[in-house]
Amino acid sequence: MTEVEFLIWVRGPGFQIASVIFVAGLLLRLFEILMMGRKANLAEAKGSEMKSGLRTILSRSLHTSPTRSSAFSQTAGYIFHIGLFVTILLFAPHIMVFHDIFGVKWPSLSTTVIDAVTVVTIITMFAVLAHRLHNPVIRFLSKPHDYLAWFVTILPLITGYLAFHRVGMTAPSLIAIHILSVELLLVVFPFTKLTHAFTLFLSRWYNGAISGYRGVES
Amino acid sequence: MTTDSSRKDMTLGEVLRSQGISRRSFLKFCAATASMMALPPAMIPKIAQALEQARRPSVIWLSFQECTGCTESLTRSHSATIEHLIFDVISLDYHHTLQAASGDHAEAARKAAMEENYGKYLMVVDGSIPTGNPGYSTIAGISNVDMLMETAKGAAAVIAVGTCASYGGIPHAKPNPTGAVSVSDLIKDKPIINVPGCPPIPVVITGVLTQYLTFGAIPELDDIGRPKVFYGQAIHDRCYRRPFYDKGLFAETFDDEGAKKGWCLYKLGCKGPTTYNACATTKWNNGTSFPIEAGHPCLGCSQPDFWDGGGFYKALSIPTEDITRDIIYASAAGIAAGVAVGVMNKTRKNAAKKAHQKTTIDDLEK
Amino acid sequence: MNSRAQFNIQIGDELTWNVQPLLHEVRHALKQLIETGETAIIDLRSIPLAPGEEQKLIDTLGEGEVHAGLNALGPSEIIETRFSGVWLVTHYNEENSIISRFIEITEFPDILKSQREDMNEALDALEQQLASNQIADAAHTTSEADQ
Repeated sequence: MTEVEFLIWVRGPGFQIASVIFVAGLLLRLFEILMMGRKANLAEAKGSEMKSGLRTILSRSLHTSPTRSSAFSQTAGYIFHIGLFVTILLFAPHIMVFHDIFGVKWPSLSTTVIDAVTVVTIITMFAVLAHRLHNPVIRFLSKPHDYLAWFVTILPLITGYLAFHRVGMTAPSLIAIHILSVELLLVVFPFTKLTHAFTLFLSRWYNGAISGYRGVES
Repeated sequence: MTTDSSRKDMTLGEVLRSQGISRRSFLKFCAATASMMALPPAMIPKIAQALEQARRPSVIWLSFQECTGCTESLTRSHSATIEHLIFDVISLDYHHTLQAASGDHAEAARKAAMEENYGKYLMVVDGSIPTGNPGYSTIAGISNVDMLMETAKGAAAVIAVGTCASYGGIPHAKPNPTGAVSVSDLIKDKPIINVPGCPPIPVVITGVLTQYLTFGAIPELDDIGRPKVFYGQAIHDRCYRRPFYDKGLFAETFDDEGAKKGWCLYKLGCKGPTTYNACATTKWNNGTSFPIEAGHPCLGCSQPDFWDGGGFYKALSIPTEDITRDIIYASAAGIAAGVAVGVMNKTRKNAAKKAHQKTTIDDLEK
Repeated sequence: MNSRAQFNIQIGDELTWNVQPLLHEVRHALKQLIETGETAIIDLRSIPLAPGEEQKLIDTLGEGEVHAGLNALGPSEIIETRFSGVWLVTHYNEENSIISRFIEITEFPDILKSQREDMNEALDALEQQLASNQIADAAHTTSEADQ
């Protein structure tokens, strides 16, 4: 297989396989969760579920809770999540992929900004890994799939950075490897904790809703 | 195409002097040559020295499944004087488009040149070679494969001119009815220089010839056999429109404001980021312009399989298949599977509930 | 440049990002020439320039005191720019198309110097000329004496 054939494969059949697994897998997981349902609460409602649910989505997204983990985890968490958002969604060639599939587009950021954000995100993610390995409690709690989730997330960032700067290999190979790393992420995504990207607001709302129903603060 | 045999033993310097070309003219020629070979101007004295001592190599040019575009490009190269000089200093003994002889005489010229310069001549090939039915392309009743292999035996080096000879090119594109292959697919025991492009930039063709003539050696090649001096950098990295890419300013269509302002053509399918060639600096037509400067995205013609590269007008990052359709089907399948699994879970839960038996005192007393 | 206007390719100021660094390179080279006597040549074909940028560069360099021409395999134009020590050398072919263009930072471009090989030939030619003149003169004198 030549490098061009490789690039064609990842842009064609490879992308098809990955998107199908990603979408089908994710919806399977989501519907499985939604179908579980909850037992009807027979107690009288003492407050609004909706209001409390929405408030909890907001309050748990802002780092105000004193019960949360260290300042490092919170700050690093913010940095690399925002970094992922910026690099994935605000780089012009990426927006074109979304436009091609969903028919919607939005303005992009300059490559200089994207480049800087990528570097910061990669460094932060390594710091997060170091923290995970260094802290005895987190290390104890970590399972292989946690490291897998970290690996498949940082891989597209690194391959993307190399492809943009054309380091080490010729451009078609670098771009193909980058796309392949994204496909790996898509395939792994629905079957690891990475699904939190789609379930976190759901669960935050639910936590808030339960408290709201009981009339207590979440 | 001279048959003057006495000139064959002369060095280039002697040939030029005998034509009354002054040393100053020769230096000017060397300056243009350095520029053409993408060598630093500091090399000019070395080029002058090497060229003076260079001897005229015999060149046998074979054309197979090709459109003659490569030859057209070469003969229309801008610096007419310089190319004429180069044709004076190489002995082009066989080129069936350019030679005067035809039929048996043409083939006799090839045989004679091969015998006379065995082990020393340069073989230039344009066009791909059909490996299917040999009848797809023959010359003087000889199949392309046979002619290639026969001529290659005594060649010092092979230059594959154009994307067809280098990588199979358009004849090799799907479904490749003739079973077309590149020169390097067939010849394994000779140094091969690939000079791809559809066609290659004229001065790149002459540049490679001159470089071989000047230094008598194969230039440094990249991993797909292209001289690094010309194919060392991606078009995208040398493109004057690159700052627009970096700023996120793109032409969305061929006639919008962005197109008129000369913004980046990435979204219109430009293959500049994956294409290695000298277009952005050497340019075409006497350094006048190149496709991107004329407002058209790069097709990536100097890359293998450029014809099957997923569409000329489709941006590089975009998937080549209809992912939207796939996602719709996948969504339906995913939801169905999710609901099915959910129902299964519920059934199992209910069954478990039903099967649940309360422990009684009797049980404990058993 | 008129043909560009016709095709509505606009040359914005944003496009000229390569001119400034190039002028800096020239400045460094000129400083080097003054301090160490080391000359430099910049090949304008090796630099990606946007439409109009080469002209902008040439306009910035301007024309100085020296303007020389060659007639060697087509014309060449050797101009000392308004910055002394900075020369613009343009080689044309016989069809008046530019084949190469250099900025030379030197006291005097080499291409203008007479070359030893050419001078040797010139000496031969001159000697031959003189010899044939002598014969002609001698013939002339003899024929006069005959009268």
